[in-house]
Amino acid sequence: MSSVSIRSLDVVLGKNRIIENLDLDIEEGEFVVLLGPSGCGKSTLLHSIAGLIDVSEGRIDIAGTDVTWADPKDRGIGMVFQSYALYPTMTVERNLSFGLRISGMDKADIKTRIDNAARMLQLTDLLQRKPAQLSGGQRQRVAIGRALVREAKVFLLDEPLSNLDAKLRAELRRELKQLHQDLGATMVHVTHDQVEAMTLATRIAVMRSGKIQQFDTPDRVYAQPSNMFVAGFLGSPSMNFVRGQLRRDGGRVRFESPALRADVSDHAFVQAPADAQAAVLGIRPEHLRQVALEAPRNAQATVGLIEPMGANKIAWLDAQGTPLAIQVDPQTVLTTGEAVGLALDAKHVCLFDAASERRL
Amino acid sequence: MRTGPSAVLGRSEAADAPPRGAASASKRGGPKTAWAAHTALLPMGATVLIAYVASILWTLRISLSNSKMLPRNDWAGVAQYVNLFESDRWLTALANIGLFGLVFIAGAVVLGFLLAVFIDQKVRLEGVFRTIYLYSFSISFVACGVIWQWMFNPTLGIQRSLRSWGWESARFDWIATQDMAIYCVVIAVLWHSAGLVMAILLAGLRGIDDELWKAARIEGVPRWRYYLNIVLPQLGPSLGTAVVLLAVSVVKLFDAVVAMTNGGPGDATDVPTKFIIDNLFERQNIGLASAASVTMLVTVVIIVAPMVYARSRANAAAGRA
Amino acid sequence: MTIAASPGNTLSPRPRRAFFTPARLGVYFFLVSAALFFLLPLYVMGITSIKPMTEIREGNIFALPLAITFEPWAQAWSSACTGLECNGISVGFWNSVRILIPSLVLSVLLGSINGYALAYWRVKWAGWFFGVLMLGAFIPYPVMLYPLVRMFASVNMFQSIPNIVLIHTFFGMPIMTLLFRNYYSSLPIELFKAARIDGGSFWRIYFQLMLPMSLPIFVVALILQTTGIWNDFLLGLIFAGRENYPMTVQLNNIINSTQGEKLYNVNMAATLLASMVPLVVYFVSGRWFVRGIAAGAVKG
Repeated sequence: MSSVSIRSLDVVLGKNRIIENLDLDIEEGEFVVLLGPSGCGKSTLLHSIAGLIDVSEGRIDIAGTDVTWADPKDRGIGMVFQSYALYPTMTVERNLSFGLRISGMDKADIKTRIDNAARMLQLTDLLQRKPAQLSGGQRQRVAIGRALVREAKVFLLDEPLSNLDAKLRAELRRELKQLHQDLGATMVHVTHDQVEAMTLATRIAVMRSGKIQQFDTPDRVYAQPSNMFVAGFLGSPSMNFVRGQLRRDGGRVRFESPALRADVSDHAFVQAPADAQAAVLGIRPEHLRQVALEAPRNAQATVGLIEPMGANKIAWLDAQGTPLAIQVDPQTVLTTGEAVGLALDAKHVCLFDAASERRL
Repeated sequence: MRTGPSAVLGRSEAADAPPRGAASASKRGGPKTAWAAHTALLPMGATVLIAYVASILWTLRISLSNSKMLPRNDWAGVAQYVNLFESDRWLTALANIGLFGLVFIAGAVVLGFLLAVFIDQKVRLEGVFRTIYLYSFSISFVACGVIWQWMFNPTLGIQRSLRSWGWESARFDWIATQDMAIYCVVIAVLWHSAGLVMAILLAGLRGIDDELWKAARIEGVPRWRYYLNIVLPQLGPSLGTAVVLLAVSVVKLFDAVVAMTNGGPGDATDVPTKFIIDNLFERQNIGLASAASVTMLVTVVIIVAPMVYARSRANAAAGRA
Repeated sequence: MTIAASPGNTLSPRPRRAFFTPARLGVYFFLVSAALFFLLPLYVMGITSIKPMTEIREGNIFALPLAITFEPWAQAWSSACTGLECNGISVGFWNSVRILIPSLVLSVLLGSINGYALAYWRVKWAGWFFGVLMLGAFIPYPVMLYPLVRMFASVNMFQSIPNIVLIHTFFGMPIMTLLFRNYYSSLPIELFKAARIDGGSFWRIYFQLMLPMSLPIFVVALILQTTGIWNDFLLGLIFAGRENYPMTVQLNNIINSTQGEKLYNVNMAATLLASMVPLVVYFVSGRWFVRGIAAGAVKG
């Protein structure tokens, strides 16, 4: 059964159509990440699921119930905000119990729920502290605890890690992932950070201008992007794009361009390509390797910049005017201005239509 | 009412605390002897020494003497203070200002808070409403007293209107009654200054994280409880500022009373400042007046000092956290 | 509302939401009532000032005038009796102007120099003096009055324009200094350091760097001081001298010491005239006025 189901969603704010005809099905227990650049509508989508924004058209179901017009409190959701939004003048315990007390729940029940949540989130010793006395990770857990005590069916997270410095962000990311494994709850997480998306998600929904570009597991979104936007958004440094043409030659299909040539017959084409079709070849830096100039190669390029990353090196090359990035071992020695040969791993090539930018 | 005192409460209180947000003066490039800076600050030095320190000490001296019309160089111990607190008029003035202070401050805080909260509800024409609530603050207390004196006029003012609208036996001659006149002053000054409280609290409201309301909505917290349990506790500092400002203006109350009732009927609206001014200039009893002034000073210090202390501790704690 | 659990192709209908819920109506009702409370005196002042006395004696304080006359305004301006003289409140107007302008210049200028020196330069004794100055902002005037009277009398300055100007400067110094000091502290110190490296002296930096950058805070200071000084009553009463009484003192005289029948329309006209300058400052300055309050009060 799907936990969150969205059909034909339209959200118009002011004069702007933020979300257009969007469909999405989230399974129970999944960790779905809504990924995209700012302004793509991911936050709006999350707020619509929460009921904080009214939709203009469409339907939202949570755990089988139509909640399109329901109040946020009746949707069975919990939400974690960028600033965590913990009530600053209340202790952790009161923060957790406030909503329950308002709803008139029995005191004993409230205590049971809080104790359970505190145990699961290791907050038992912190119950009497105020938010200002907690660390970032502890605050995150309290924010999640608030949703937990309400026995939320879906946890919505609105960029909770974006305000943090890099080290803390990595730490809390791992805590979040561990929490998801322990709780098994359905989580919908919004972020613009593709590393966050890749590490946390069971499935990623890449969004742009109010539409979902691709909704798939991290591996597939990374290896088989459905269009150039998705391909370029994931991976750092991003995928290399080379413009050129496809040529049919006997039974083989080749990609030709001034910068690079390759045999792409093994590419899983959606439709048979036409001869002389304008195409864009995408290949990730880690799938290009340096070969000797005399060896069989796909391209030749001059070395421009070298960025040592510690675990590897990124070299920025110029292949007849087309910039290419390759990833090499840290021990490899390259000098600026050196001419190198490049070979690519044909299995990892992605081909896109030059006009529509869609995967071929 | 000048907003002077309010200024102090917004920043670290200690005299040489570094200005926030930037390196302190000692870290700035000023050389050790910048004579120009010293001379430039002489007016401030002179002002402090003469207008503030010297005058307060002198008043204190006079209060310990038998001075009547002119200062006398004798010592009367605390005689003037004893006279003061045996004076019916002074005690009445104290009672008046106490009652006024309580009712006025409570009323101004409640009204200002409600105005701020309601304006914060994303209403249309917010700017228009704000302008209306604050314009009265720009008028002098004298004008305020005059206009409300007119409105409360027993024969021609509100009472007359109420009667002419059919309510034959309406009585609204508070301003002429001993018991109720002080409440007329309360209403007038409330009209004048509630806007200030609104402005301060509105600024405080706007400083609250708006994701808190989203979180509260998700938990099903109704809006009024959100304001009561979540917003109000966070407005502590703003409320504190507003209350201290109001308290200081209560102590300084003079213009409005003189314009509106001149202390009457009888002593019903007499206030400490008026007592002092009358004794200084009309009744020629500067010893008594000085004792009263010193008493007022001590009262203000008692009101303000805890606030200043609490604020500087909060600042220090925030700095450490 | 719960519909059967299959999210098929059926889209749920949009519920009818009332545009004005009871809560919303309540909010507007309160705000409008409050607005009426605040506007009522202004309205009454206005219509009373243009009614003939006959209407005032007979009629209702809230009723619109049947016959409009601007005679009360003319009287208030030029012939109302302010004590011994009967030259109207226009005398007070010009007195207030003569008091305001030098006081304004002196208090704002000194405040800005003080603020600049305190923010950027090391003057050991200044910190303590500034602290006392800040405390002085809370002290009620009466405690300092009599000694100041004696001091000015001893140099033959008592009850004159210079007297009242200096008084306003003294009592305006705390807030002005604080205002400017906070403002200058919030500017990036690199500007000052760069100017020092370029060889700037105290005064040169002040006039050529700080002053031009201070326009916003000058506006706020001018608003605060204009309102405060124009509306002052007690200090003007004591220190200005009978010929120089500001408008507030004259207004009080017109209202409360007129013999014979009280001309309420003239009184109201006089009140409006006396309030004109601060009201104009308020309405014109709008946001700056609020900023002036906020500059004094705490942020959140």
